[in-house]
Amino acid sequence: MSKSVGPVKRTFAPWLDPNAKAYIRFENVTKKFGDFTAVDNLSIDIYEREFFSLLGPSGCGKTTLMRMLAGFDEPTTGRILLDGNDLAGVPPYRRPVNMMFQSYALFPHMSVADNIAFGLKQDGMPKPDIAARVAEMLKLVKLEKFASRKPHQLSGGQRQRVALARALAKRPKVLLLDEPLGALDKKLREETQFELMDIQYELGLTFLIVTHDQEEAMTMSDRIAVMDLGRMVQVATPAEIYEQPNSRYVADFIGDINILEGTVAGLEGPVAKVSSAGLDKPIVTEHAGTAKSGDTVWFAIRPEKVRISLDPPADPALNVVSGEVWDIGYLGDVSVYRVKLPNGAIMKSTLANVTRLVERPIGWDDKAYLSWPRDAGLLLTS
Amino acid sequence: MPAPSAAGGPTWTKWLVVAAPYLWLLVFFLAPFFIIAKISLSMTAIAMPPYVPVFDSLSSLGEKLGELSFENYLWLADDPLYWRSYLSSLRIAFISTAMLLLIGYPIAYAMARAPKSVRPTLLMLVILPFWTSFLIRVYAWIGILKPEGLLTVALQALGLLGPTEQVQIMNTETAVFIGIVYSYLPFMILPLYAALEKLDGTLLEAASDLGCPPMKAFWVITWPLSLPGVIAGCFLCFIPIMGEFVIPDLLGGSDTLMIGKTLWNEFFSNRDWPVSSAVAVVLLLILVVPIMIFQNVQRKV
Repeated sequence: MSKSVGPVKRTFAPWLDPNAKAYIRFENVTKKFGDFTAVDNLSIDIYEREFFSLLGPSGCGKTTLMRMLAGFDEPTTGRILLDGNDLAGVPPYRRPVNMMFQSYALFPHMSVADNIAFGLKQDGMPKPDIAARVAEMLKLVKLEKFASRKPHQLSGGQRQRVALARALAKRPKVLLLDEPLGALDKKLREETQFELMDIQYELGLTFLIVTHDQEEAMTMSDRIAVMDLGRMVQVATPAEIYEQPNSRYVADFIGDINILEGTVAGLEGPVAKVSSAGLDKPIVTEHAGTAKSGDTVWFAIRPEKVRISLDPPADPALNVVSGEVWDIGYLGDVSVYRVKLPNGAIMKSTLANVTRLVERPIGWDDKAYLSWPRDAGLLLTS
Repeated sequence: MPAPSAAGGPTWTKWLVVAAPYLWLLVFFLAPFFIIAKISLSMTAIAMPPYVPVFDSLSSLGEKLGELSFENYLWLADDPLYWRSYLSSLRIAFISTAMLLLIGYPIAYAMARAPKSVRPTLLMLVILPFWTSFLIRVYAWIGILKPEGLLTVALQALGLLGPTEQVQIMNTETAVFIGIVYSYLPFMILPLYAALEKLDGTLLEAASDLGCPPMKAFWVITWPLSLPGVIAGCFLCFIPIMGEFVIPDLLGGSDTLMIGKTLWNEFFSNRDWPVSSAVAVVLLLILVVPIMIFQNVQRKV
């Protein structure tokens, strides 16, 4: 499986600038429902115009975090600041934040135009202005012809556009998107992802999006927060999350990865030698991270960085292990080779099918060599 | 397989299923209604049954048409007792339906917003009164409302009434309203609850998110979406209240006019079957016309 890091749309990294002011700030926020801790002492700064994704399995607290920002839940302890203002006690209908609901929550008794106009009417906007804004929003989501339809007369994709238009109509400072594309099929979802990014860029909004779809998060986000058990395990750009996960949890959650357990046998600066049970030679990696000599560590490497060949590679600088081809998965664009190492572990290698191979040179039960350069993998200490 | 399919095959059975409700309506509604309409067009007689029959057989239909008498209907228009009964019934039905809605809506709303685990219990409590005979429950109200009844005793015990004072509710219109609202409340609550329970809570969150305070959200979201339940509940109450006979007879005084009571008197005390049939036909028309208008409007929406 080829995983691109996503288009680099602009040089935008306020989180690296120590003088940048946080737009949304969660300060030691904890939310408990009875005995259950949904969000656990969490702090994070999100910046203006950022596309920030909350990624994690269900029950990790990502939706609770968003609902607290929208005002549907109040934190048990801690503060949430928006543009420097404490949001405590501010009811949802007074927050300059709009949400696109997972179920869309369109008002079934109102037409598409009335749904979009709803928020504007609450603000007491003059009628001609409302009409103009609604027309503008309909054009943005390409639904001009459907203005007078009721939600039940629309397809899933159209409803999702109405929900987006309704949430955008008030020009909120922050748009919250709760699994916005969950109900769409794959093709439509990919298309809409790019549309969302365009809209966010054009209107200069701050987007906070909750998703459990890692591809969606990778494609759209400036930064991703991978959550587990109410905490943010790692907050980083999609490329960093993918290439430098800080734990096995993150590495395993995003994309596919090979993990080999071992101990650090030698350490020279960032270069570590890792001996793993059942392998003849230690693995050499240039990304030792915080590992110390003698530590139990996990060597992690993405399958697409592992080369598979029938002959041993000549370059002595490469890490090489040999094994038996256990399984081959043909996915069209790539093939995944699952190789059984002498110690019984399975290691995956993906190979892009750059030619129309009818006969594969590598078959089941072949003895094959897996190799990778020293900088391809990294060590994880947790 | 049951007999119909053995007798006629699949198409037959299909038709039988479709025909069953129509057959039911024909036998138990249209046919009796036709008999009543027929009686309403005949003359009173001291006989058994107490009227001169019109068009007994189809062969003599032509000549007998001339014998049809609309005198009973003219009589209804002439005597102010009847139209005053109709108007009074309409008024009482309107007021009690409005009161039922006013009382039933908050109850249904609270039930629909209650935790899921207690909802079946609340629903059970609403239906529970049906386990006792309707008549007994209305009689029970006499025990409560009569001057020396439970209400007087309770109010005296609380010191709200002097030891010699008594509540004067029995045999008034107030007692009729109390009886009607009490008896019909489940019929209002159940359709309202069904409509409100279906309401998606995230719609209210969405409204709030878009800047709509809760009170306003109730009127722009909850109320319009519960309208089908409101309409169903109002019809379910208004129509039977309009023809209500037991409650005004037991709890109301002689000055509480309701068409059901008038009809009963006409039928049993006066033994005037033709006039009471005419009263029934007019009552039906009064109720059917607004229902048809309503259904027409519904279809256009």
